[in-house]
Amino acid sequence: MSQEILRVNNVSRIYETSGGSFGRKNKVSALDGVSFNLVHGETLGIVGESGCGKSTLGRIISRLDTPTSGEIIYKGNDIAKKSLSAMRPLRKEIQFIFQDPYASLNPRRQIGAIIEEPMRIHGMGKDERRARAHELLEKVGLDKNSYEKYPHEFSGGQRQRVVIARALTLKPELIIADEPVSALDVSIQAQVLNLFKELQDEMKLTYIFVAHDLGVVRHISDRIAVMYLGKIVELGSVEEIYNNPQHPYTKALLSANPRIDQSAKSTRQILTGDIPSPLNRPSGCSFHTRCPIAVPECSTREPELRRIGAVDVACNLVV
Amino acid sequence: MAEKLLEVKNLCVSFKTRKGVVRAVNNLSFSINHGEVLGIVGESGSGKSVSMSAVMGLIKDENAEITGEVFFNGEDLLKKSDEELRAIRGKDIAMVFQDPMTALTPVYTIGWHIREQLQLHSDISDKDAKARAIELLEEVGIPDPEKRVDQYPHEFSGGMRQRAIIAMALSLNPKLLIADEPTTALDVTIQAQILDLLERLRKTYNSSIIIITHDMGVVSELSSEVLVMYAGRMVERSTKSSLFANPQHPYTKGLMNSVPRVDRARTSRLETISGQPASLLNLPSGCAFRNRCPSAHAACTEQPTFISDSNGYGAACFLLTEGVRS
Amino acid sequence: MTRFVIKRLAAAVFVLVSISILVFLIFFATPGVDPAARIAGRNADQLTLQQVRATFDLDKPLHIRYVSMMKHLFIDRDLTSYVNRGAEVLPQLTQAIPATLSLVFGAAIIWLLLGLILGITAAGMRKSWVDPAIGIIGIIGVSLPVYWLGEVVNLITQGRLHATLFRWVPPLGYVPFTESPGGWFLALLFPWLTLSLLYAGIYIRVIRSEIVSLMQEDFIKTERAKGAGEKRILIKHASRMSLITVVSLFGLDFGALVGGSALLTEVVFGIQGVGRLTFTALQNFDLPLIMATVMYAAFFIVIANAIVDLVYAWIDPRVRRG
Ligand SMILES: Nc1ncnc2c1ncn2[C@@H]1O[C@H](COP(=O)(O)OP(=O)(O)OP(=O)(O)O)[C@@H](O)[C@H]1O
Ligand SMILES: Nc1ncnc2c1ncn2[C@@H]1O[C@H](COP(=O)(O)OP(=O)(O)O)[C@@H](O)[C@H]1O
Ligand code: SF4
Ligand code: SF4
Ligand SMILES: [Mg+2]
Ligand SMILES: [Mg+2]
Repeated sequence: MSQEILRVNNVSRIYETSGGSFGRKNKVSALDGVSFNLVHGETLGIVGESGCGKSTLGRIISRLDTPTSGEIIYKGNDIAKKSLSAMRPLRKEIQFIFQDPYASLNPRRQIGAIIEEPMRIHGMGKDERRARAHELLEKVGLDKNSYEKYPHEFSGGQRQRVVIARALTLKPELIIADEPVSALDVSIQAQVLNLFKELQDEMKLTYIFVAHDLGVVRHISDRIAVMYLGKIVELGSVEEIYNNPQHPYTKALLSANPRIDQSAKSTRQILTGDIPSPLNRPSGCSFHTRCPIAVPECSTREPELRRIGAVDVACNLVV
Repeated sequence: MAEKLLEVKNLCVSFKTRKGVVRAVNNLSFSINHGEVLGIVGESGSGKSVSMSAVMGLIKDENAEITGEVFFNGEDLLKKSDEELRAIRGKDIAMVFQDPMTALTPVYTIGWHIREQLQLHSDISDKDAKARAIELLEEVGIPDPEKRVDQYPHEFSGGMRQRAIIAMALSLNPKLLIADEPTTALDVTIQAQILDLLERLRKTYNSSIIIITHDMGVVSELSSEVLVMYAGRMVERSTKSSLFANPQHPYTKGLMNSVPRVDRARTSRLETISGQPASLLNLPSGCAFRNRCPSAHAACTEQPTFISDSNGYGAACFLLTEGVRS
Repeated sequence: MTRFVIKRLAAAVFVLVSISILVFLIFFATPGVDPAARIAGRNADQLTLQQVRATFDLDKPLHIRYVSMMKHLFIDRDLTSYVNRGAEVLPQLTQAIPATLSLVFGAAIIWLLLGLILGITAAGMRKSWVDPAIGIIGIIGVSLPVYWLGEVVNLITQGRLHATLFRWVPPLGYVPFTESPGGWFLALLFPWLTLSLLYAGIYIRVIRSEIVSLMQEDFIKTERAKGAGEKRILIKHASRMSLITVVSLFGLDFGALVGGSALLTEVVFGIQGVGRLTFTALQNFDLPLIMATVMYAAFFIVIANAIVDLVYAWIDPRVRRG
């Protein structure tokens, strides 16, 4: 049953920015040698702090952006370097959901037209589109008469439902969601998270779910990739990552998460210093500037992501 | 115990808008003692920021109407002129805002900002003020403060800016610090640093803190007392431990259950609060939570009163009074 | 900062050279047009045409023609106008430049002062009658056409009242500063006021609305929470920040005016400035003169922009990058 849908191999993305200086370009390594695979029907959660490359990774897998190097094998074909037109048929299968439900809907179009747009692009008939739009509205828990409304008549949570409905129009298989609940209030966040789960069960969807909230990621994911400065530092099942984290960064991240239950407070560990800028990434293990257990070797030797016990970890000291 | 540091009584704030009157804060009453930390939680639009801006006298909108009483050290702040309030703002009550990226004037250095804060309320020379700024930056954990003091805000990261802003807020040793979502814009590991810093400084300076947040975890980290707001009203007030162990109001219960928690077993479904967050322009009559409340019943078409014990702890829900009655 | 300055100046030189090439190509290398005939003017005889070809090296390849042109313009400075029967071009320009610079500089000082003082006052007194009153002044300034206003001013100061109230006003025209500083000032006073009124109107409105929107910013909230007074916040924070916008706007306006846009004012007040010179040159299709004035205009616009960028970096630390 567990059939591989996606394999990401050593994917890197280097952005060149003009740092304000003449001619000379700054190189930002937003993703650096990321590899993982994805099995049909599972959810891979991606966590990490701002600027660690979560969105870049999402954009690259959905080919809204092109990797500088590496392979993205989707159902056996490398789509890493495919042209836009060659990607078109695949756009149906791979959908991307953005963070901001306010910015991602055209304010001047009715909800119905917004949901039908992808179907129109792919040449579906008018009646068929309309029927499907109504079906989807119901599926994401919106009223039938939402069809004629405009985005501004909806709250953030409802808009995110519209965005989800639009992503589902072409019966996708893989959905990449970039912080889809971050902009929502807690009570609404729970509704949308439940919707994601229901739809997955019903439509056998595969998710890549980007979030910075550790509770949210834990709730939705089967496996989790923890990222730091463009690299995956730990990858494993939810249980392993949350109950038995191996990488010092994963440990720190989990312990930094504010807890409602304060009984575990004594184990709290606070990282010192700021997240370094990807513009001048520290040498060796890029976490060594903040790592509580770093040894001198860490500033020169770059750890590889390797299997240790039940998880993949990139740390020189974890054996 | 000691006298109350801040006592807010029946605070109401409403705004006249083209679409009607928005009652952003409705009958808010609470108090905070010396050295206490009060957390105010609620979803966006529940009136947290507006109520604190009203306390500080910072609502400049001419369409705003503010009523009630705000006693600080026994004096009603709402009766004071702006000039009198200015002497209190920054000195006795300091405030830290949500977004450290936009909270400082971009054309002045960090040191300039701190010096300004000091000189607004005391006759301190430029030289001494700068020395004090360096001291403060050091205290909030900014590395290399002698150099950093002359840098501009854009040269600081978000976390460092928030530290600097906290340093500035605490520079005159205020009795009360109001922090409006001070960590919402920050990453988790940086948030942990800031929360830790606030906790440490509270002990050194013995200031009281009001921390506004929508994150139950943040409340739990820092505060001893919690106030929950919904649609401009206080719906529950309690100590942290009893609130988390035994929430009274259906909204508080819903809020706590809908957060996916790292410290609990995973469930396939989250409990949710149905419906949408209240729109202040279009509230149901009676209890504002009525259209989302799983326990709503006939009585709820009236406004429930806030039933509290002698400490001011309690909730505004008919379930409580009826429970007492039966 | 020094590196920034050097880099900015290098860029300015680069732009100037590019513009000179572009302008040269437009006027001297348009396919199908004989530049010699153009330079010589309508109905020129063969002899003149040959003379023109020789002086401008028109038989030589393009790049040599360009170099020759630049040499005439900048090194020998003997560019001659054929349309205008052999008048040298550059002396005309060097006479026009001080007039235009004097006119625009003076007006700029007046409109900047007016704009800042009234703009800040209007923003600061938004809740009283002062703001709308200043707003009306602004609208009047913007809506009076310079040409018309200038004529009216002339009618008053040079007309019947000239004999009595305005005896001290010199006749129309420019008086060089070196000749008589007092005369220079008096001759320019009304042109200054006329030209600056339009820009003052614009600047008052821009500065006011910029400050009003800046007053909504988060850092203003922080200042209020610190206990700073409204006046201090207005001056030290909002107005200071609004300078960033003012400077970039000013750079554009100043450059354009010095480059010839002050034409109408120059015409009404009889000032032989660059605008007027360019206008005459275009009318007569006096190619060498056009070339010279266009180069001059480009030069001042580029220099004005370079200076603006430097001032910009000085008032906004965020753009100071190495
Ligand atoms: N100047 C104003 N005019 C009209 N309504 C206002 C004004 N300021 C605030 N409000 C309204 O008052 C209510 C409470 O606002 P407030 O900013 O206190 O919410 P909050 O709980 O802090 O939310 P958030 O978490 O989004 O900051 C909102 O509905 C808001 O729209
Ligand atoms: N188009 C771009 N040009 C230059 N740098 C970029 C671009 N997109 C992303 N980056 C940089 O790549 C890094 C990762 O970005 P992103 O994936 O957006 O982070 P996040 O984890 O917050 O989603 C950041 O440092 C970001 O500044
Ligand atoms: S490699 Fe070294 S610095 Fe990196 S996480 Fe492991 S111990 Fe820390
Ligand atoms: S008063 Fe009624 S509607 Fe309101 S919270 Fe209590 S039970 Fe629910
Ligand atoms: Mg992102
Ligand atoms: Mg707020």
